[in-house]
Amino acid sequence: MPGGAGERYVLTGEWRNHSIAPTLKEFERLEKSDGQGHLEIDLSGVEGIDTAGAWLVRRLMTAKSGQGRDAVLVGAEGPMQELIRVLPETAPAPPANEADKRTVFERVFSPLGKIMVEFGGDFYAAMHILGSAVRGAQLKFGHGSGISPASVVTHMDRMGVRAVPIIVLMSFLIGAIIAQQGAFQLRYFGAEIFVVDLVGILQLREIGVLLTAIMIAGRSGSAITAEIGSMKMREEIDALTVIGLNPVGVLIFPRLVALTVALPLLTIVANFSALYGAAVVTWTYSGITFDTFLSRLHEAVDPSSVAAGMIKAPFMALVIGIVAAVEGMKVGGSAESLGQHVTAAVVKAIFAVIALDAFFAVFYSAIDF
Amino acid sequence: MNEPQQAGTRPNKDRQVVLSVKDLTVGFGNKLVLDNLNLEIYRGEILGFVGASGTGKSVLMRTVLRLLPQRSGTIEILGTDYDKADEAERIALDTRLGVLFQHGALFSALTVKENIQLPMREYLDLPQSLMDEIAYLKLEMVGLPPDAADKYPSELSGGMIKRAALARALALDPDLVFLDEPTSGLDPIGAADFDALIAKLRDTLGLTVYMVTHDLDSLFSVCDRIAVLGQKRVLVEGTLEDMFAFDDAWVQSYFRGKRARTVVTDENQPAAK
Repeated sequence: MPGGAGERYVLTGEWRNHSIAPTLKEFERLEKSDGQGHLEIDLSGVEGIDTAGAWLVRRLMTAKSGQGRDAVLVGAEGPMQELIRVLPETAPAPPANEADKRTVFERVFSPLGKIMVEFGGDFYAAMHILGSAVRGAQLKFGHGSGISPASVVTHMDRMGVRAVPIIVLMSFLIGAIIAQQGAFQLRYFGAEIFVVDLVGILQLREIGVLLTAIMIAGRSGSAITAEIGSMKMREEIDALTVIGLNPVGVLIFPRLVALTVALPLLTIVANFSALYGAAVVTWTYSGITFDTFLSRLHEAVDPSSVAAGMIKAPFMALVIGIVAAVEGMKVGGSAESLGQHVTAAVVKAIFAVIALDAFFAVFYSAIDF
Repeated sequence: MNEPQQAGTRPNKDRQVVLSVKDLTVGFGNKLVLDNLNLEIYRGEILGFVGASGTGKSVLMRTVLRLLPQRSGTIEILGTDYDKADEAERIALDTRLGVLFQHGALFSALTVKENIQLPMREYLDLPQSLMDEIAYLKLEMVGLPPDAADKYPSELSGGMIKRAALARALALDPDLVFLDEPTSGLDPIGAADFDALIAKLRDTLGLTVYMVTHDLDSLFSVCDRIAVLGQKRVLVEGTLEDMFAFDDAWVQSYFRGKRARTVVTDENQPAAK
C-alpha cells in the first residue's frame, strides 16, 4: 500500500501480479500527483515482488524523474533491487501501426480484385493438380507405372465402401419423401400412378447423383483437405518433393482415382435405395404394389435417363477431389488455417457440384438428351 | 557398481525444497518406466536432467506436471501435494509453475502478445494497458524485439519460438520453471545466449529451473546440479565432479566422451562452481 506522500513513499506488503490490482488506481493517482524536491521510495516493508510490481515501481520513478525530481530507492536489496534495475525506464514501445493511405476507391475495389485474383489462382492450381495427377507419381527411374494399387484400394474402401450405409439410408429417405409428396399432390388429379414417373426420372437424372456428390463432398472432401493440409503443415509434402516424387501424383492421384470410381458406384447404390424407398411409400399410401411400380417404372424410364445421371458422377467426383486438394495445399502453419481450409473445401466443393449439375441440365436440354 | 549416490556432496539440509518426488512409480501396461524414483530440487538452483533417449525423462516431467498418472508415490510442488490439494490450491499451484515445451506449444491462432497475456487474462485482474506493458517487458526480458509481439507463431524462427514460449512460461512470474530441451534446434551461439538468459532470469526473478537437456554446454555452463536418469530411477545426482567420479558406463561415456572432452577443454574449468 502506498502509505505516504510528498517526500517519502513507503510501500509495504506483497507487490505481485495477483495482489496489485486493488491498489492500482491509487498508485496511478500517486504517479500523476505533483510534488517538489527529493523523493525516497521505501521498499523495506515489501514482502515480495515480481515483474509486475517491479515495473510499477520503475514506472513511478520514471514519472517522478519526468517532473524534474530525483527519485531514489531505499530498502531494496538483493534480487529485488536487481529486478528493478534490469527493467527499462520506459516500456518497450509497440511498433506504430502505419495509417491506411489508400483512397476510398482503392479500399472498396481492392478486396474485389483480391477475390478475382484468388479465384484465378485457384483455377490455375486446380489445373496444375489435374495435370500432375494425370501424369502420375513421376518416379524418376521409371519403376512401375507410378500408380500404387494398394493406396487406391485403401482410399476406395474409405471413401466408397464405408460411405455405403449413410448413402443407403439418406437415399431411402429422399426417395420416400419425394414419393409421398408426389402421391399427395397427384391424388388431386387422380394421377397417383404417375408418382412412379416422377420419382424415377427425378432420382435417376438429378437427385441421386447430386445428393450423393454433396454427401461425399462433405464426407471425403473434408477428409482429403485435412489429410493433405496436415501433411503440408508437417513438411511431409516437402519431404516427398525432396525425395524426388511428385506429391500431387503420390498423394492426390490415388484419391482422385478412388473418388472417380467410388462416386458412380455409390450413385447406383443410392438410386436403388431411393427407388426402394419410393416403392415402399407408394405401396403404403397409395396401394401401388411392387409389381405395378416396377412395370410403370419400366415404361417411364429409359436407359438414357439412367445414363444422363451416371455421366455426371465421375465429373462431380473429379471436381470434389480437385477442390479439396487445392484447399489442402493452401494450408499454412497454424491449426486455425487448417480449419478454415477444410470449411472452404466443403463449401466450394458443394457449390461446384451444384453449378456443374446446372451446367449439365442446360447442356442436356440443348442436345435434347 | 550402480548404487545410487544420493547427493551428499553438498549441504542441502538448510535449503528450501521446491519440488520433492518420493518413491514415484509410473508404468504403461505391464511395463514400468519409473520405479521408486526419488528427486529433490532446491530453491534458486538450475537442475540439469539427462538420460539416454527412452529412459523416461519426458515421462517424469509429464508426471510431475500431472499430465500422466502415477502408480504410486507422492509429488510435492512448493510444499503442496497435488493429489491431496483441493481445487483452489491446485489453481494456485498452477499459477506458480511455468513450462517451456520442447516445440514451444505456442497457440497458433494467437499472436505472441496474446499468447503471453493468456495466463494473465485468466488469472489476474489487471487493466489491458498494464498487461500490454508487462507483455512487452517479458518480450524484452527474453530478448525479442517489440515488433515480434503482433506476429503469429508460424511467422517466427525456431529460436524466436523458444524465446516467445519462455516469455509465456514466465507470464505469471512462476517460482518453478520446467524447460524441455530448451536449446535443441538452436545454433551454438543462440544456445549459449539462451543459457545465459536462463541464468540471468534465475538471478533476477529468483526462479528455480528444472531443465531436461542433452546440451553438454548447457550442463557445464549454467546447471548448478545434474541428475542422471537410468534404470528407472535417478542414477546419480550432484555436481559435475560427482558425474566424473561416478562409476557407470553410460555416465562415463556421456561426460567423458569425445564431445564432452571438447567442451571441457574449451572451458578449461569444467566445474567452476
